[in-house]
Amino acid sequence: MDILFLLIPLSIVLVFLIIVVFAWALKSGQFDDIEREGERMLRTDPDELDSSQPRR
Amino acid sequence: MAINTQTAGPVYSDAVVRQFAVAAVLWGIVGMFVGVTVAAQLAFPELTNGISWLSYGRLRPLHTNAVIFAFGGCALFATSYHVVQRTCQTRLFAPALAQFTFWGWQLVILLAAITLPLGFTTGKEYAELEWPIDILIAVVWVSYAIVFFGTVGIRKVSHIYVGNWFFGAFILAVALLHIVNSAEIPVSLTKSYSAYAGVQDAMVQWWYGHNAVGFFLTAGFLGMMYYYIPKQAGRPVYSYRLSIVHFWALIFTYMWAGPHHLHYTALPDWTQSVGMIFSLVLLAPSWGGMINGIMTLSGAWNKLRDDPILKFLIVSLSFYGMSTFEGPMMSIKTVNALSHYTDWTVGHVHSGALGWVGLVSIGSLYHLIPRMFGRKQMYSVRAIELHFWLATIGIVLYIAAMWIAGVMQGLMWRATNPDGTLVYSFVESVKANYPFYVIRLGGGVMYLSGMFLMAWNTVMTMRVGKTDPVAIPPVAAHA
Repeated sequence: MDILFLLIPLSIVLVFLIIVVFAWALKSGQFDDIEREGERMLRTDPDELDSSQPRR
Repeated sequence: MAINTQTAGPVYSDAVVRQFAVAAVLWGIVGMFVGVTVAAQLAFPELTNGISWLSYGRLRPLHTNAVIFAFGGCALFATSYHVVQRTCQTRLFAPALAQFTFWGWQLVILLAAITLPLGFTTGKEYAELEWPIDILIAVVWVSYAIVFFGTVGIRKVSHIYVGNWFFGAFILAVALLHIVNSAEIPVSLTKSYSAYAGVQDAMVQWWYGHNAVGFFLTAGFLGMMYYYIPKQAGRPVYSYRLSIVHFWALIFTYMWAGPHHLHYTALPDWTQSVGMIFSLVLLAPSWGGMINGIMTLSGAWNKLRDDPILKFLIVSLSFYGMSTFEGPMMSIKTVNALSHYTDWTVGHVHSGALGWVGLVSIGSLYHLIPRMFGRKQMYSVRAIELHFWLATIGIVLYIAAMWIAGVMQGLMWRATNPDGTLVYSFVESVKANYPFYVIRLGGGVMYLSGMFLMAWNTVMTMRVGKTDPVAIPPVAAHA
């Protein structure tokens, strides 16, 4: 199973990369005000929001 | 990233979105028609009269490539280009390169449609295309990554919407999987050998194969789900916090589910067990995401009654939940001993493919297509409603038939007489499957006929619509 010497290190490198990206997202404030961000995508495109379906 | 205010009057790069959206509908019909053909061949083996390039062995990879990479791929390109522009409030980075991804991807599809029936194949499931096409795929995919991440890079909104995270993970993971798994040594223009041999090749193949399910057929379409369900419902996603947990949990735990495709093979036993454990772990983030999507309608369930597009989107999530429950169960070795190599697996794949990937794509396209042609709705909403019922009943027929056929096959194959001999010969299990193959064909025909209805609806929407550029709205002041 020599292939595991490629695939397992690859997974470990990936996990570290994911941790780095997650740390960047955390530090740069991506998750600072997250519930508001969920609503923003509805407001930013007023022409695309069907006005017959009012939001809560 | 700095938050800029609007300067001139830029417009969204919607031409490429439009092209991919229409191509998705077209390739959906082609891929599903080939699927119906191979389903008919299983019930009626003499159907294509022994013509080699219409044989099951050559058409089956054409079907899988067409539905996954042509239909699913074009739907992903269209929606990701749309979502990333709308949520970042900017036009595409390098629109010319985006055009290249469109024509490059269509060329890949065309070459697949020619080479697979001619019998040129690497023999690796879902990676059958030969090395020159593999190189073209890699070039198109890298261009796709440049356009997508470039667009995220020039965003006017500092927050990166959760859907873009899913699309981004899908693009990067597929690039890695494709390049590692397609490493091959060419011997001629149309023939190559894998760089890996024996069980090593099998391990790489299913590392690729299952992660393709996880990132191509799951993460990408979750990106779609997290944009189009809130948009269509006119409500924010149930818990944005949960959607972020869903994303990170999914990508942290996905990479090692592949060995469950190789239970009871030459793969070391412990590797099989690792694959099984990771598959079971995946149930948690998958169900978190499913519940989050469905609960978006919490307090507004009446919309589900009136809006056929929401029906598509919410029912797609129910199938996502069902197949992400069924999958981990089937990865348990003792269950797998019964299900492996039977039509149960085929049924499981199609509850994910027709139910989750198909319905979420169709629902998203029904939301997207009219907006790309300057309209609020498709030409006929009643046709969408009819399409929904055709598709849903078709899926139920398909997967119920395959459940019965699969469990029956598994039980017949393992049945032994007291003296240890087999009770049934293989051909007896084939014969017992005949009625279920016919029912499956019926379900497939229903699903395909829904796609024809969608094509008609799309053409009519295009005829009455217009393709005026859409101005990018100014970014609201950020707290």
